[in-house]
Amino acid sequence: MTQPVLDISNLCVNYQTPKGTVQALRHIHLQVPPAKVVGLVGESGCGKSTLISAVIRLMAENAHVAAGKIRFMGLDMQGFSASELRGIRGRDISMVFQDPMTALNPVLTIGRQMVDIQYRDGLSRKKKRERAARMLERVGISDGLSRLDNYPHQFSGGMRQRITIAMALLVQPKLLIADEPTTALDATLEVQIIRLLKDLQTDFQCAILFISHHLNVIAELCDYVGVMYAGELVEKGTVRDIFHRPGHPYTRSLLECDPSVIEEPTRFLPTIPGDIPSLIDLPKGCIFQDRCAHVMTVCRKTPPPAVHLGDHHTAACHFLEE
Amino acid sequence: MLFYLLKRVGLAVVIVVVAVVLLYSMIHVVPGDPASVILGPRATPEMKQELHKLMGLDRPFVVQVVSFLGKVARGDLGMDFFSQRPVAEIVFKQLDETLVLVLASITWAMLLGIPLGCYSAVFRNTFSDKLVGVFSIGVIAVPSFVVALYSLLFFAVTLQWLPAIGAGESGQLLDQARHLILPAFAIGLGWVGYIARLVRASMLEVLNENHIRRARAFGLPETTIVFHYALKLAILPTVTLLGTGIGRLISSAVFAEIVFARPGIGKLIFDSVVSRNYPLVMGAVVVSTVLFVLSTTISDSINAMLDPRVRERL
Repeated sequence: MTQPVLDISNLCVNYQTPKGTVQALRHIHLQVPPAKVVGLVGESGCGKSTLISAVIRLMAENAHVAAGKIRFMGLDMQGFSASELRGIRGRDISMVFQDPMTALNPVLTIGRQMVDIQYRDGLSRKKKRERAARMLERVGISDGLSRLDNYPHQFSGGMRQRITIAMALLVQPKLLIADEPTTALDATLEVQIIRLLKDLQTDFQCAILFISHHLNVIAELCDYVGVMYAGELVEKGTVRDIFHRPGHPYTRSLLECDPSVIEEPTRFLPTIPGDIPSLIDLPKGCIFQDRCAHVMTVCRKTPPPAVHLGDHHTAACHFLEE
Repeated sequence: MLFYLLKRVGLAVVIVVVAVVLLYSMIHVVPGDPASVILGPRATPEMKQELHKLMGLDRPFVVQVVSFLGKVARGDLGMDFFSQRPVAEIVFKQLDETLVLVLASITWAMLLGIPLGCYSAVFRNTFSDKLVGVFSIGVIAVPSFVVALYSLLFFAVTLQWLPAIGAGESGQLLDQARHLILPAFAIGLGWVGYIARLVRASMLEVLNENHIRRARAFGLPETTIVFHYALKLAILPTVTLLGTGIGRLISSAVFAEIVFARPGIGKLIFDSVVSRNYPLVMGAVVVSTVLFVLSTTISDSINAMLDPRVRERL
């Protein structure tokens, strides 16, 4: 197998809070192969955003990496100094954020912001503007050169997300991290943005780590999927594995709860009963025990092993066999 | 931007007219006949009537207001009945001194306060941030006349480094500058703390915003982020504060002016109120009102220059 762009092994992240230590991420193993799209799916609060903050090392002040390694292109990012990290951000790794309405600086023109991120390239301002304008046109904003002089509030939400995508790709990254880029947009725009991303990914051949809680979006865009629950990666595999042969009970309930797969008219949307366990006071054994329909004594005693179900397919559950 | 300026200046003119009308009516609603004040208790009714005619007080109120407004627009603020000199001349003579003092005070306060605020925000919750915090609250709490008195005692009397009173020989810039240091220090010191606190608070807010996180995720240098991306937003509340602040200072620099015996608008208003010199009070108040409106107009325009969203509002 070729060297993954991003290789996360045994990553643990804790938050120090007045109530105690929140173990937000526990023993995460995840690889992003070159030029592939890896999706991360899970409920709010499952640690998706903490994971990407840890990858780009822009974590909250009370967070710290307790264990594990993050390798980018084979290099251990833990050993990077602040300036080495800055050298990677916005050149090898770039990001698209969740809320396009607040992701752009409101008092600077988008041209200024798009030129600034090219500060490492020794091009003239004019050249940088031209590149920015071409990229705007590439993401579907016509008349790019003159729109560069507009301010963010002069664009709609969907347009702004196109702009942030243009910015992220302008630096020609090896890895693009997209943190729920369509959550703040309405459904029609969501489809457009996903198509655009897919299109651009084929063109630019960058790897994408795509965070979402929309299963449809994941299925449409990704090659591989990781399912997160309460700070653990409970199952990972190809899109086909996850959507057609889900192993973990949580993945299965998640798929059942997707409104688009409901066939008969119903007055109640299916939900997973129960709440996410406290991440300060973790239960012994399986993290999903309290909400699992198949829970047994062993689940309450020992943490489940990672069971290999296929080439890329693993799930952490006592009831699965290789 | 030009459109914004036109609208904003139009608004300013309306505000000035309303303010002047209110001021004029206020003076006339206040009991007491200016003529009896000017002429003293032994004046005969005929003398008072004569003076009324001279001052235009025998005409209907509306006519008086309109004619006063017309005069103000032409720069004529009436006559001072004590010294028999035009009010405008007296006021404008004092105005330069006040403006220089106020601008000098605010400028040094800004030059120190803004970097202090940025520093505090970037190194938040460190020892030096807390030190800046204690300093800021301290200087805000001390009234400017106390600073004025003690700095005068220390620097002018004990050390004899700087002159104690007056505004310096006119025409001699160095001498005038030396006379400016202590009063500007006294007025500006509190503002340093004020500005530092305000900049720190708004800077902290801005540094937590999403677009700053995005700028960091693109690896922009920290100095670019703080001084170009964050400060341009974080400075907006301070610009607004300074707009009203400078306006207010024009009439409230009076403490420092009295302590250091400097001429100035504040001292002029104080003196003319004490001597019941109504035309002079009116003239000085009108001028400081106009300056107040002018300084808020300028600060709003600076805000509009910095923030495109403001330009399109109003």
